[in-house]
Amino acid sequence: MEIREMTAARIGREIKRKNLGVRETAEAFLEEIRQQEPRIHAFLSVDRKKTLERVRQVEQGIRDGRYTGPLAGVPVAIKDNICMKDWNTTCASRILENFVPTGDAFVIQKLEEAGMVVLGKTNMDEFAMGSTTETSAFGPSSNPWNTDHVTGGSSGGSCAAVAAGESPLALGSDTGGSIRQPAGYCGVVGIKPTYGLVSRRGLVAYASSLDQIGPVGNSVEDCALLLSAIAGKDLLDATSLDVKLPDFAAASEKSFGGMKIGVPKEYLAEGTDPQVKQALADAISLMSQNGAQVEFFSLGLTDYVIPAYYIIACAEASSNLERFDGIKYGYRSENGEGLHEMYKYTRAEGFGDEVKRRILLGTFVLSAGYYDAYYLKALKVKRLIKEEFDRVFARYDCILAPVAPDTAPLKGSSLSDPLKMYLGDIYTVAVNLAGLPAVSLPCGRDDKGLPIGMQIIGNRFSEEKILRAAGSYERLRGTFGRAWHAGR
Amino acid sequence: MAKQYETVIGLEVHVELATSTKIFCGCSTKFGAAPNTHTCPVCTGMPGSLPVLNGKVVEYALKLADALSCQVNRYSRFDRKNYFYPDNPQNYQISQLYLPIGHDGALTIHTGGEETLPGSLSGHSANNKETLPGSLSGHSANNKEKTIRIHEMHMEEDAGKLIHDEWEDCSLVDYNRSGVPLIEIVSEPDMRTADEVIAYLEKLRMICQYLGISDCKLQEGSMRADVNLSVREVGSNRMGTRTEMKNLNSFKAIAHAIEGERERQIELLEEGKEVIQETRRWDDNKEYSYGMRSKEDAKDYRYFPDPDLPPVVISQSWLDEIHASRPEFQEEKALRYQRDYGLPAYDAGILTQTKRMADLFEETAGLSGRPKEAANWLMGDTLKLMKEEGMEAEELAFSPEHLASLIRAVDEGKITRQNAKKVFAAMFREDVDPLIYMEEKGMTMVTDTGAVEKVVEQVLADNPKTVEEYHSGKTKVLGFLVGQVMRQMKGKADPGQVNRMLLERL
Amino acid sequence: MGERRITDDVMENVEILAKLTLEPEEREAVVEKLEEILDYVEKLNELDTDGVEPLVYISDQQNVFREDVVTGADGREALMANAPRQKEQQLQVPRTI
Repeated sequence: MEIREMTAARIGREIKRKNLGVRETAEAFLEEIRQQEPRIHAFLSVDRKKTLERVRQVEQGIRDGRYTGPLAGVPVAIKDNICMKDWNTTCASRILENFVPTGDAFVIQKLEEAGMVVLGKTNMDEFAMGSTTETSAFGPSSNPWNTDHVTGGSSGGSCAAVAAGESPLALGSDTGGSIRQPAGYCGVVGIKPTYGLVSRRGLVAYASSLDQIGPVGNSVEDCALLLSAIAGKDLLDATSLDVKLPDFAAASEKSFGGMKIGVPKEYLAEGTDPQVKQALADAISLMSQNGAQVEFFSLGLTDYVIPAYYIIACAEASSNLERFDGIKYGYRSENGEGLHEMYKYTRAEGFGDEVKRRILLGTFVLSAGYYDAYYLKALKVKRLIKEEFDRVFARYDCILAPVAPDTAPLKGSSLSDPLKMYLGDIYTVAVNLAGLPAVSLPCGRDDKGLPIGMQIIGNRFSEEKILRAAGSYERLRGTFGRAWHAGR
Repeated sequence: MAKQYETVIGLEVHVELATSTKIFCGCSTKFGAAPNTHTCPVCTGMPGSLPVLNGKVVEYALKLADALSCQVNRYSRFDRKNYFYPDNPQNYQISQLYLPIGHDGALTIHTGGEETLPGSLSGHSANNKETLPGSLSGHSANNKEKTIRIHEMHMEEDAGKLIHDEWEDCSLVDYNRSGVPLIEIVSEPDMRTADEVIAYLEKLRMICQYLGISDCKLQEGSMRADVNLSVREVGSNRMGTRTEMKNLNSFKAIAHAIEGERERQIELLEEGKEVIQETRRWDDNKEYSYGMRSKEDAKDYRYFPDPDLPPVVISQSWLDEIHASRPEFQEEKALRYQRDYGLPAYDAGILTQTKRMADLFEETAGLSGRPKEAANWLMGDTLKLMKEEGMEAEELAFSPEHLASLIRAVDEGKITRQNAKKVFAAMFREDVDPLIYMEEKGMTMVTDTGAVEKVVEQVLADNPKTVEEYHSGKTKVLGFLVGQVMRQMKGKADPGQVNRMLLERL
Repeated sequence: MGERRITDDVMENVEILAKLTLEPEEREAVVEKLEEILDYVEKLNELDTDGVEPLVYISDQQNVFREDVVTGADGREALMANAPRQKEQQLQVPRTI
């Protein structure tokens, strides 16, 4: 069996049994990257030398008995907004084109403890602002199922890399759907963990109250394994939580028998592609036939989640991105005279259009005279949304929903109308506002052969439940197939 | 008749806390390190870095809130104050606006007497030594007590430092100070004169020092004040337009700036012009303030709650604990000194002006068993030398052990009072051990009476003519004989004792 | 659509606050998009939120404190590693006064 056909769990087992070498595995994926990158452009940086150096450390660590976990020796790709020592970390922005962190993110430290091998840094929407990976300053990534289509975003590079078989696993970040939506578009699995489960230290902040790092993989079990590797309390992130971590992979092997699953009627209303609705309906019947209790319910406030999300996210972003000023790191314009012009030219030349738009919007909603009407109002609505979910989870174990109203759009069709692009986040942003965990996984393909994704949403800290539901659905569904099986 | 104007002043005082580490990271707060050596990703605003609150900062803030009788917000939060400036690495400062740790407190000040104390921080000349805060001696006519209301107090991070290059047209950034914890104390506009402002600052400083939460050194910038000032006609109850003055780093500069700005505003009003609400920078050399207005400095900080920092929730038991740990402040201490050590009110007042001085006094008094002597050394030689050197009590280097042993040496006649002053001067400079120093400099007295007697006998024997003169009534020659003895003793004898011995034998 | 919220004055102020100046030719298009987005987000006004407390933190964490113990090493080299301009171990910026 070709290495790229294997799940990460399988690769880990074969390495442990010495059927596969760490180097052989890394080389195989580096070769995939070499061959496919011209077509996919999932990566912003690949450094063969650094990767092979790490391979030697891991080989030694496995021999020494230092690396004994299920992912020891398994390669992984990292979204380019996660800081890695000595690796360029650009956030797909000109303004950070030359930035090289001098320290590792918490999750990178955890991957190192797990004995994993980083293959490279993946493409994304600039500063994670976008839903297609087309706002990347370094060009879009292409959907491995059909390269005329986008990957989704913002973690489009990470999802495309996994979907194309360039990496068995990847890390993404999810602020309003940025893991789940591209995972859905690319036919892979992605998890947005409960807010605070994974440390944000070293993740270049977009919207601090919503950002979470999460895993992308080919199976629910793979994602569960990677989540176990990166979760846990970080003393240097005050918002990271000290909770007992269950065995996520074990949870993914359990059955959803007896679970009560709710499907929001509002998520299947007009505006959602009929093929997406159909795929979801198929999933519902499959689950009901196999012991889950699935029913429709009415979820309130669905029209208000996007407005609340964009106000809060842009407000925080306008502040988080102030530090990019040409003084400490990154791009600095030679134009203009004096301090203030240096700031303005640096930022005007360094940021792309979408980032500028969100900074300006965020600045506006926080400015004197508008704070109460926009920002405070959004925080009040956020409370209402959270309370709505509290009510829902008093009745249901999980929510089943589409990830996006559509499958992956054609490249070049989204950016001209930002508002329309924002509306595409309708099913994903509520999860971030309420700090909930959700897993996104493929449930069908449309008539163009593009994957359709669904998500299973749980209450805070109920990763176990959503992984149970997702894992047992995945087993019932059977193999989804890989992009290269589609005959291209 | 010309219009009479009243000055209305409110203060924003920043106090740097004496914690070991910064407010949101583990970098050292030590002053004076090489540029940028006390930095990490957090205090330099690196992408991906996150703040974690130093618990000590909350504890110190609560202590000050308690001392200033503030209401404590039991649910307090940090907010981001957004503005671009190179000394502010994130281009937002983490501060508190909506739910500051404390609000609605008060500070009682005394003017008319205490600001003119010798050794007081204002450096004004002494002319009224009778009245002191906390004294038992009642009030003089010009000692006024006044309560200044505290609007709010909050925790925040300090900015880095900008140095303006001498050779090139650029500025240089040092982030060592970036993230050092500050408490900002905002008063109501309750002050009317520079004297009241100085009294307020001295009192606040004394409280912080007594609490041990800050050393409040103005010259190192660990205490800084911004002055909000407006003028209005006497009798009016409408507030005038105020300006905010920054860059005031001494009490002198503050007093000058208040006078200068008052005059400037009155002049404007007299000319029928308007005072513009703005921030002004005081230049103490030119004794003038300059407007800092620029379109680029639009004052809209877009405060919003910092999502990186969970809220601070303060329990009643925590407040009780803080209150119970409240130290003895100046007034109580001064009363105790009068009661327990029998010191005059004036002395007790001076010795308690700074915590450092009070500590030195109590320890020296305890070690030497001579509180009055200890008080005399501290109020006399110590304050004189401090004034000569322009030093503050915090900088005093000699140990109470050494002062106590000097006091004992004088008591035991081991050293003359005159020489003791020289020894003290050396102790003051570099905390020498007085006994060793006396020995080295040959100042130790011969206390062996036998040895002195021998020399006395010898001198009398060697000068029969002088002895005759004495007996014939020229008693003045006694001085000559004493001198002879002292010379042979190389000055190490007590002249009084020599005098007595000679008289006995003549 | 209501009245324009982003007037020229508002836009000028926002650009100053954000230290982000748009080219005159892009400004109009940006303002138009922002207006469109504001029209949409003002949908929130349909909701009655009287008496609703704003929700800042989704977790119920509180008092997450660090010990006051020095852990920082000398970070100067790390800071200078990415500095676009530096002089004498300090970041160099256009003159501020």
